[in-house]
Amino acid sequence: MQRHEGKSFEVKAEQISKRYFRKTGAANCFFAVKPLSLTLEPGTVTVLCGRSGSGKTTLLHILAGLLRPTEGKVRLGETDIYSLPDKELSALRSRSVGIVPQSRSVLDILTVSENILLPQTLYKTKADRQSAEQWMDTLNILHLRDVRAGELSGGEVRRTAIARTLSMNPPIILADEPTGDLDDENTELVFRCFRQAAETHAAVLIVSHEADALKFADRAFRMDGGVMTELT
Amino acid sequence: MSMRQLPVQNLLRRPGRTMALAALTALLAFSVFGGSIVVMSLRQGLNSLESRLGADIIVVPSSAQSKVSFQNMLLQGTTGAFYMDADNLTRVREVEGVEIAAPQVFLASLKADCCSVKIQVIGFDPETDFFVRPWIGQSYSQELGKLDVVTGCKVEANVGENIRIYDERCKVVGKPAPTGTGLDTAVYCGMDTMKILLKAAETKGVSHKVTSDPDDDVISAIYVKVKDGYDISEVNSKIQGHTRKCSAVRTKSMLTDVSDSLAGISKTVTVLIAAIWALALVILLIAFAMIAGERKREFAVLRLLGSSRAMLIGLVLKESALCSLAGGVLGVLLASLIVFPFTTLIETKLGLPYLRPEISSVTLLGLTSLAATVMIGAAASAWTSFRLSRVDPGTVLREGN
Repeated sequence: MQRHEGKSFEVKAEQISKRYFRKTGAANCFFAVKPLSLTLEPGTVTVLCGRSGSGKTTLLHILAGLLRPTEGKVRLGETDIYSLPDKELSALRSRSVGIVPQSRSVLDILTVSENILLPQTLYKTKADRQSAEQWMDTLNILHLRDVRAGELSGGEVRRTAIARTLSMNPPIILADEPTGDLDDENTELVFRCFRQAAETHAAVLIVSHEADALKFADRAFRMDGGVMTELT
Repeated sequence: MSMRQLPVQNLLRRPGRTMALAALTALLAFSVFGGSIVVMSLRQGLNSLESRLGADIIVVPSSAQSKVSFQNMLLQGTTGAFYMDADNLTRVREVEGVEIAAPQVFLASLKADCCSVKIQVIGFDPETDFFVRPWIGQSYSQELGKLDVVTGCKVEANVGENIRIYDERCKVVGKPAPTGTGLDTAVYCGMDTMKILLKAAETKGVSHKVTSDPDDDVISAIYVKVKDGYDISEVNSKIQGHTRKCSAVRTKSMLTDVSDSLAGISKTVTVLIAAIWALALVILLIAFAMIAGERKREFAVLRLLGSSRAMLIGLVLKESALCSLAGGVLGVLLASLIVFPFTTLIETKLGLPYLRPEISSVTLLGLTSLAATVMIGAAASAWTSFRLSRVDPGTVLREGN
């Protein structure tokens, strides 16, 4: 499958942190992510693991341009993404970042095929139906292309979101527990798909509990209490 | 599917929600269009009556129970007849300040074999008349011949046909434009024809005599125009004192009653429309707020895929505008289906002059109602769209909302 037509970006997080305030309780100020730096390089798969509440998803959202960090910068290539106005940041996210969120992320009223082509619809770019169909076929959901997402099972929804991300052909892929609803066979398949994306110069970050994920990783990190350490 | 189709698909694929919102906006359009048409028609009717009357004072026999029964004849077209001695016309003309005094004679036909329909027949003097002629002149400008009549638009007889009044065959020679008043239900003829009809009525036992002398002429009403510079009230009092068994009524006071009733109805309709709009706006705001909660996840997904806040606001506003437009069209159509076919019923129930506005005015009002409905729909969804555009996709998707 053709990938990003020569575009490849490095994602660089420089001393980013995220602090939250709770309205109740004694320890009302806490760091979900303590100051850290991270680089996602094109052509690599990075796996991030850790317990629930350790700050993995917060870090992924910061890298995706969805959550402004309390401190630090996130650069996509040379661009400091949080210095951009909403319109430009949104357009950049649409062009360059493919996100597979942790929970259900499809529009129930649209069909599987319409959901997969939705990013192209939003920015009126030419829909790459061939690529979409190839990924649907790879992820075994091609037969569901005309079914409304509201009628899919959890695993089918998950594979639809993954097919959508891969069809976007983005230079950066951020996947949050992408195999949460999948059986072993499909879990293996999904990790192989991400590996394949990295081989065509995408920078891939997978947040996962699955030990299998490490088999596909070039680099691996663990988060605990907002602190990230590299696994060797 | 294109971005332009997305709001349409959102509406089509959620038929329940779309229909509920469209029904609410239909209610808005229905109330404003229907209510305004009724009020406009009443205003048109009053304007028409004002321009038709043209007289400052109307003199009728005291037996006509002052202005009441006469007013009903003018406004609702109820049939009736009352007579006074024709000498009163000379007496009125003698009063200082009277410019023109034009007589009319009324005759009510019967619901019997001798008459085609039960209607009011009004005879006028073409020499002095300033009330009927300018109006019927639009459809028939020649002199009315013997047994020639002009019929109001609501009389079921076409030009060229004959109608039978007390066994006299009268030829319909003209049919003037609607006035929205009782004038539309009457038949008009010259005094010569009226004399023939009065005589024919006499043979059927319908008497019009006010004295024992069979040769005495009678009249039913005198329309008076006062000369410029004269006080109408003073002239009215002088006429009252100078005539016998007559009541001189200022047309302004008669129209004031009508315009007071119209103002009352207008106020009621306005209050009703305002109440419906306020209620519907509150319901729309609540509905959109509920929808906002329901659609958080959908908007979080769109943000995730690269939608800007402006794109999301545009999407919600387009949806609400389309939905309101559909509801608005439905409301205007429904109001048209109720208000226009039942014009006569509304007119009868209200008992006021009622004249449907020109098609151009109706079209303009329809478009204005639609625009107002779309705007209120967009306004009600504006806050929701703003809130949805601020949704933090990370939090929403993590919570699985």
